[in-house]
Amino acid sequence: MIDATTFLLLLSAATPILLAALGEMIVERAGVLNLGVEGLMITGALAGFAGAHATGSPATGFLTAAVAGAALAMLFAGLTQYLMTNQVATGLALTLFGLGLTAMFGRPYEGVKAPQMPGGPLGVNPVIWLGLLLVPLIWLFLNRTRAGLILRGVGENHDAAHALGYKVRAIRVAAISTGGALAGLGGAYVSLATVLQWTEGMTAGAGWIALAIVVFAGWNPWGVLAGAWLFGGVTVLQLRLQAAGSAVPIHILSMAPYVATILVLVLISARQKYARSGGAGGPGSLGKPFHAIR
Amino acid sequence: MSLRLDPRPEAPLWLQVATPLMAVGATMIAGAVLFALMGHDPLAAIRMIFWDPLFGQAAAYSRPQLLVKAGPLILIACGLALGFRAGIWNIGAEGQYIIGGMCGAAVALAAYPAPGLWIFPAMVLAGAAGGWAWGMIPAMLRNLFGASEILVSLMLVYVAQKLAAWAAFGPLKNPEGFGMPGSRNLQQYSAAANPELIAGTGVHWGVVAAAVAVLASWVLIARHIRGFHIRAAGLAPRAARFAGVSPGVLVAFCLGLSGALAGMAGLFEVAGPAGQITDSFGSGYGFTAIIVAFLGRLHPLGILLAGLLLALTYIGGELAQMMLQLPAATVQVFQGMLLFFLLGFDTLTRFRIRWGARA
Repeated sequence: MIDATTFLLLLSAATPILLAALGEMIVERAGVLNLGVEGLMITGALAGFAGAHATGSPATGFLTAAVAGAALAMLFAGLTQYLMTNQVATGLALTLFGLGLTAMFGRPYEGVKAPQMPGGPLGVNPVIWLGLLLVPLIWLFLNRTRAGLILRGVGENHDAAHALGYKVRAIRVAAISTGGALAGLGGAYVSLATVLQWTEGMTAGAGWIALAIVVFAGWNPWGVLAGAWLFGGVTVLQLRLQAAGSAVPIHILSMAPYVATILVLVLISARQKYARSGGAGGPGSLGKPFHAIR
Repeated sequence: MSLRLDPRPEAPLWLQVATPLMAVGATMIAGAVLFALMGHDPLAAIRMIFWDPLFGQAAAYSRPQLLVKAGPLILIACGLALGFRAGIWNIGAEGQYIIGGMCGAAVALAAYPAPGLWIFPAMVLAGAAGGWAWGMIPAMLRNLFGASEILVSLMLVYVAQKLAAWAAFGPLKNPEGFGMPGSRNLQQYSAAANPELIAGTGVHWGVVAAAVAVLASWVLIARHIRGFHIRAAGLAPRAARFAGVSPGVLVAFCLGLSGALAGMAGLFEVAGPAGQITDSFGSGYGFTAIIVAFLGRLHPLGILLAGLLLALTYIGGELAQMMLQLPAATVQVFQGMLLFFLLGFDTLTRFRIRWGARA
């Protein structure tokens, strides 16, 4: 049943989630919970579209999206790291702000067609390759480099990392902006490679699904890949059933990705909750504010 | 010399009141800059959003709208604030609002065209029950499996939106609607309608419910043992647990209650201002209510004022959309900025800012 075209569709549907979830995973490994992924993705979707439309080059578009995502994420970084605001509330604000801002500035682009993407190696979109390549690279970075070890240390116990002399805030700001850039790329993939135009709110919860996939993945890049493919598979299956004229109404079918995300989240949370070792779960300092007294 | 933040044990009351006002002021300034960048007269635009709906030429039309918009915002925010105080994050109120509206409308459509005084109360109950049930899904999944209520409640918003679309095209579709999607208009079915109670004020049953919710949640948080548990769990979760506060019960209570209130808000909307279930029934009240709860500092009285202010931005935004051709999303941008500034200025209440070398 799974032929090359279907697999390619799956890869394509998984790519925005993969990029955004990899970025959020880096942020969370540094001990920060950024709930603004949806806002970063939609900003990337518009910035990427605008950049590509202005220059006619999708590559420039993706670059613009990464810069815009990182810039917006810096707003989150400044508030949570320097003004010590609540991470949950600030992330929500980022999403609401991103959705509003893009709806406001995106109006001139409605109904405009995206420039053609060039085919990459084996006729597969280069951004798909980028996402796949990032999985082992991020794994290597986190587990085989000194910088990755420090990042994880900051996330596991920021007080200990601070006592050892590491710049907790600076490291977290760097992680947050990287996460923002990757979420921006993911958003641009939606507008430039999947939907091929700009519409308000077009990321439709992909950022939230990415957040759930980080939990599903157990904060591990290979797990993120598996989660993104699972999501891509559900999406493609749902679209195929719609096209085949299934007896189930389309509105019910289109719930599938969201319901699947809830199911996966429940399964994985239950495993972590009832695991005998208790070793699984998120980084130790995840979501906790860091305030250096000394 | 550098900037230093010293934690405060407790913020003075004047500062707690002043920071939301400072955030509103900063939002107006940032908004004015944004309008100037877009080539509009910034003062005229700000005036149009914050002043004209109340005192401008069309104020006779727009003033009642203030309560129409503030009602659902306040009703939903009162419930959300209880959970937020306890560290329980229901961010899916939008979904509970949609489901409440659908359940209430379903009762009315099942009874149509029967007359009867029981119909409207039954709809309110159905709306509250629907919102409660939708809120209990994340509560149960968190209590049984430890799944994040943030992500589950948010995912359920998308599911609720699809359900509403399905209902508008399917089971709840108006059989006399010439094939158009959308249910019958409940405003034209007097036993089910939620009309304006006092002409020219915008007061409907949802506004009455919002006022009751403000008072009831005030009593709950200040005088009731459950309110004490909520505050304790938010301030010191471990201490609360030792004192015998069950986290699971609190999760179910807060998510269930905020869901029920959001569901009621949805019902009052579908039977009143909206009139019918359509595929775009969700109007974002559930998300804006999150801002209302924070702007009101999670306090019932603050929520009342914050709800009125955000209702004003809705009406002013519509006016600016009409008169200045500003995009509809301008309001959303204002609301997002407001939350950012609020969180930023809130730092002042939690920390003392000092200049000086590190101690």
